[in-house]
Amino acid sequence: MSEIEKLLNPSDFEAFQKKIVEGRDPNRTAVAVCSGPGCLAYASGKVFDRFKVELLESGLAEEVTLAQTGCHGFCERGPSVVILPDEICYLRVSPDDVKEIIETTLRGGGIVERLLYKGEDGLPVQKESDIPFYKHQQKVVFGDNKRIDPRSIDDYIARGGYTALVKAITTMSPETVIAEVKESGLRGRGGGGFPAGAKWEATAKPPADTRYVIVNADEGDPGAYMDRGILEGNPHSVIEGLMIGGYAIGANEGYIYVRQEYPLAIDNVLYALEVLREIGLLGENILGTGFNFDIIVHKGAGAFVSGESSALMSAIEGRVGEPRPKYIRTSISGLRGKPSCLNNVETWANVPLIINKGADWFKSIGTEGSKGTKIFSLVGNVKNTGLVEVPMGMTLRQIIFDIGGGIRDDKEFKAVQTGGPSGGVIPEDMLDLHVDYDELYAAGSMMGSGGMIVMDKDTCMVNVAKYFLEFLSDESCGKCVPCRDGIDQLLEVLQRLTSGNALEEDLELIEDISLMMKECALCGLGQSAPNPVLSSIKYFKDEYIAHIAEKRCPGGVCKALIAYTIDKEKCIGCGKCMKVCPVAAITGEKKSPHKINNALCVKCDSCYQECPAKVQAVTKIRQADVITAFATSEEAANE
Amino acid sequence: MSEIKLKINGEEVTAEPGTMLLDAARKAGAEIPTLCNLEGLEPFGACRLCVVELIRGGRSRIVASCLYPVEEGIDVLTESEKVVRYRRNILELLEARWPLIDKALLEKYKVNTGRMARRDNFCIMCGICVRHCSERRKLNVLGFVGRGIERQVVSYTMRAKEFCPECFDKELSCLKFCPTGVIVNDCATRCPASRDEEAFAKPIRVRDDDNAIAVKKSLGDL
Ligand SMILES: Cc1cc2nc3c(=O)[nH]c(=O)nc-3n(C[C@H](O)[C@H](O)[C@H](O)COP(=O)(O)O)c2cc1C
Ligand code: FES
Ligand code: FES
Repeated sequence: MSEIEKLLNPSDFEAFQKKIVEGRDPNRTAVAVCSGPGCLAYASGKVFDRFKVELLESGLAEEVTLAQTGCHGFCERGPSVVILPDEICYLRVSPDDVKEIIETTLRGGGIVERLLYKGEDGLPVQKESDIPFYKHQQKVVFGDNKRIDPRSIDDYIARGGYTALVKAITTMSPETVIAEVKESGLRGRGGGGFPAGAKWEATAKPPADTRYVIVNADEGDPGAYMDRGILEGNPHSVIEGLMIGGYAIGANEGYIYVRQEYPLAIDNVLYALEVLREIGLLGENILGTGFNFDIIVHKGAGAFVSGESSALMSAIEGRVGEPRPKYIRTSISGLRGKPSCLNNVETWANVPLIINKGADWFKSIGTEGSKGTKIFSLVGNVKNTGLVEVPMGMTLRQIIFDIGGGIRDDKEFKAVQTGGPSGGVIPEDMLDLHVDYDELYAAGSMMGSGGMIVMDKDTCMVNVAKYFLEFLSDESCGKCVPCRDGIDQLLEVLQRLTSGNALEEDLELIEDISLMMKECALCGLGQSAPNPVLSSIKYFKDEYIAHIAEKRCPGGVCKALIAYTIDKEKCIGCGKCMKVCPVAAITGEKKSPHKINNALCVKCDSCYQECPAKVQAVTKIRQADVITAFATSEEAANE
Repeated sequence: MSEIKLKINGEEVTAEPGTMLLDAARKAGAEIPTLCNLEGLEPFGACRLCVVELIRGGRSRIVASCLYPVEEGIDVLTESEKVVRYRRNILELLEARWPLIDKALLEKYKVNTGRMARRDNFCIMCGICVRHCSERRKLNVLGFVGRGIERQVVSYTMRAKEFCPECFDKELSCLKFCPTGVIVNDCATRCPASRDEEAFAKPIRVRDDDNAIAVKKSLGDL
């Protein structure tokens, strides 16, 4: 920002905006270095530093804008560097590539082909939006990340930032703002999908001297980082949404509850708030409209259960972040007993768009019951992992295969988990299900906050259920019996299943405990905790039965149930498995079939991984078949 | 304020606004088992034994009656098929922690013991001792530490030394209110007031030394 001058009225803002926009050349070259969580892990910070140095040295520093931006989305191929305005997308960029990019592209106007994305056909793709991963997305909330330096309010305002706020507080009554949000059909992006407008209305209604609006940025789902991506990359979009909500609901104070584990998000938000206060967009009598609003950032300990609304409010109050019994809605009695409206980061980030472009525009995206777009964190055994934003109504198949590029190593697809630990798995024959709150719920899963974990055929569904329950057992607050002891006992059964000691009756036991938990647990954590187990039994009962009746793990994962053997017909005697075996359990002469001594084998899976894909001689069999298998190969060897 | 009309097991009753379903139902003659509820303490909602089925506008849901206030026009079923089944499952979970649980209750709900893994820990985490100490006695000697299955009740040694003698062996002692019985004896012999301990906090029920160490660690005392 240039000089600090307080904006006192709407025309000050207009002039401020005009100056920023006019001062910008849309054709100016800009280098957007991703510093999202994925790219940072691939040392994108070093790439940025190198750009800084090299641009100075090359004398281009004046002509080229360099920015460290939030997540671009294609984290799998990070560090991602996008050159604007042509949107040339370089992937897997290392610091040593920087000089070449500067010389070839920035100075020469050419392309560094080896850093481009290469499709299945091997042909390079230049423009970011032409890469299949991006092509099928619709980036409405998340699209500006590469064009915005999160530390620059000018960048945000240049792209229309805060015009929705100004529009709301100068031309709309609180009621019309609520009506617009209601009309848009926006539903909560943090889990349950509750209609945002209805919640706003319910919070605005009860007589009260104080009301609160709150951003839920606890983001506790393992593997999910949508909210982090937004807050780090475009903090102003969330702040603007929150302010509009504050105006509509009649709140003068907003809270942003961020997990401590997101220091960059916290820094960027705090910085943004400071700038807003300096220019007078936050504080008393904003733009002379009489609207007072300020925002406090609360750093949370990042426990999964603190994301639950009543627990989150308790934590802000300085008490233990434990859920309260919720027969009274937080919209009536929430934070400090006052009407409070809690929405997810992504929910808030949608608000300025709705105010600016109108409910009709928003409604034009999506399905009957689910409007707008949704951001997912696509992870697991899929080729292209990252953050993806798609219109509601897209099928899971499109997301996984068109955007995600299909299953890694071209293996067979088995299931996809949506909704995180509170959601469930969806099998292959339901892949044409649409991303829609109600469809996913009816299938026994849920939209959740946007976690999407893809699993290939080498996944054990019992083990997956166990993984989520283990996560939840660490996260349960331990207050109520159904959740605390229910999860504990469910885990016990799953332990029996994965070790081959379960009985037929155990399935009934799982069902009894689960159904009780769903209805009797005190909060959403316990009520949804059995979902991963129930949904995997629903769609993969055969796998559970196999563990019980045949002591077999169809995914070949449960160590107690599997053993390794080498198919002597297929083995080419290359010796790779023998070399990698840590316990010398494999023997054999070069160019003749090898053998595994199961008595020595520790089931580390190395030989299985190492055996060439074309050969596939190392196979998994049932542990129960080991004696015979070994005997037969022994016999065969003796013949 | 006008009385609220509702139905309990099919019978019309009236109740003061703010009355909890549990009290309204008991007044109407229904028998509802409870564990974590104790008159004079804020309802806690932890044991979930008091669940009832609530029907409003044709939609049914299960709620904990000890902290759900009466509402106009609702139907409350205290022994519906679902309620009975869920209570049975909850008792099953409780029995796994607390083998001395009231046998009559187990029989009444036909609880099939033996399906759950044994977790003989005796403390069922009803929190009555903690709430008694903080809400009624205002002494805050006891508290919870840990999450999930690791959650347990601890006493803060310094406070215990100072305040436990005030209650000890008297009618107001927390020991008198522990519903599990066993923990009373266990607690009494280990009452911090009767021992000279330097730890900042120690588990009410010392499972083993590892646990005592874990508690200290979780409190930053080690
Ligand atoms: C155990 C549990 C954890 C939750 N964690 C989160 C979270 O991390 N982020 C979030 O936005 N909502 C979370 N929720 C949902 C919140 O309770 C609340 O419904 C949501 O923040 C409301 O915002 P929305 O309507 O915009 O989705 C969680 C709920 C439960 C029961
Ligand atoms: S972190 Fe860079 S693309 Fe996601
Ligand atoms: S008595 Fe209601 S939950 Fe324990």
